[in-house]
Amino acid sequence: MRVVVVGAGVIGAASALALARAGAEVVLVDRAGIAAETSSRCEGNVLVSDKGADPAVRPEAELAIASNAMWRSLALELDAERGDGPATELEAKGGVVVAFPQGAAPLTAFAEGQRSIGIRAEVVDGAALRALEPHLSPEVELGVHYPDDAQVQPSLATQSLASAAMRRGARLVLAEVTAARMRGGRIVGVETTSGAIDADAVVLCAGPWSGEAAARLGARLDIRPRRGMILVTTAMRQRVFHKVYDADYVGAVGSADAQLQTSTVVESTPAGTVLIGSSRERVGFDDRPALAPIEAIAAKAVRLFPFLAETQLLRTYAGFRPYAPDHLPVIGEDPAVPGLFHASGHEGAGIGLAPATAELIAHHVLGSATALDPAPFLPGRASLAEVAA
Amino acid sequence: MSPTFEFDGAEIAARDGQTIAGALIASGRASWRTAAGAERGVFCGIGICQDCTVTVNGAAGVRACLRTACDGDVVEPESR
Repeated sequence: MRVVVVGAGVIGAASALALARAGAEVVLVDRAGIAAETSSRCEGNVLVSDKGADPAVRPEAELAIASNAMWRSLALELDAERGDGPATELEAKGGVVVAFPQGAAPLTAFAEGQRSIGIRAEVVDGAALRALEPHLSPEVELGVHYPDDAQVQPSLATQSLASAAMRRGARLVLAEVTAARMRGGRIVGVETTSGAIDADAVVLCAGPWSGEAAARLGARLDIRPRRGMILVTTAMRQRVFHKVYDADYVGAVGSADAQLQTSTVVESTPAGTVLIGSSRERVGFDDRPALAPIEAIAAKAVRLFPFLAETQLLRTYAGFRPYAPDHLPVIGEDPAVPGLFHASGHEGAGIGLAPATAELIAHHVLGSATALDPAPFLPGRASLAEVAA
Repeated sequence: MSPTFEFDGAEIAARDGQTIAGALIASGRASWRTAAGAERGVFCGIGICQDCTVTVNGAAGVRACLRTACDGDVVEPESR
């Protein structure tokens, strides 16, 4: 069976590997290259801490819990395959979500819900919180420690996934997909700027461009871009030890608000830099530099870690996060175009959710076994149709 | 005059107007910082790469390739 995977970001690369492992002949197609867009313009989050237990979002929390475990074994396998250096730079450093006094009660309630679905979330304050993060502002009242939060270097991890797929026979084609090849109402390949590619199935993993790409393939998919900006400091001695973020991050990701929203996410990298995020703006694919999000992010970060006031920024970068109107990933066969499968809409969680998404794609396309529940993510679900109508 | 400065406990002689990085290289040192367990020193030499940073008189993150060595400076290596 031949499968065309459109998009060589983390979702496409992980799906290509899962499909190749299950015996498919895979052709990975991307117009710009591996990890050329969203997967190299993010923070590499592998989180459970931002996943809530409310019924509307609980399926994503369960997907994140499963995917978090998968990353740990996958990282070891990819390291062993590469042999001459780290393949993902997985850091299982844990997360600490913190609250100023007015945010303490909502945070502890959120964490209580998370514990009820199996997420490890321990409330810490006073000396215990300062032992985890000694340089936090004294204004911070309370924190929740998530030992299972982790991080990968997202460009490297995506490259390693794609390399592992190619070692199993996958082929990379640098071209833009322009149209579907149809026969008998079914998709049987794609037309590209480098010619046609026949296939038994097509998996669309085009991140924030998935809506536009779906339209070219004769399908309708409501995926929109949201711009997120990240600040990078110069290298310094380590003073941030976990992924530390303000509890309002959870609200910003789930929000439908178009305006600039920021919430503080601070973490150090093995290179000594500190990454400071994050913003959410609905500005289409506008990638012009913008000062407002940088100012807002920097001001909030200094409130969390006062020492940052004395540091210098090395650079900033922005990426487009793909989101669906109901804020759940879209994974499964298109209801109108048989043979076309979607894997997108992961918003800020695509890196973390990639291994589990890839397992679901292998299940949908090839019938591979999975213990995951595919139902909440199907493209034909009511919560997507209602918005599109 | 030829300034001398202290680096990691050693006395380093510099030429007048020389950068800290220049003097450290002249003293036989190719690297003086670590990041992710790897050795770092002058990579670009023009103030862009941030790989040669040192702490000078208590101020962290000073680019050794841009900073002129001054008599009596106390220079410390950095690591992550």
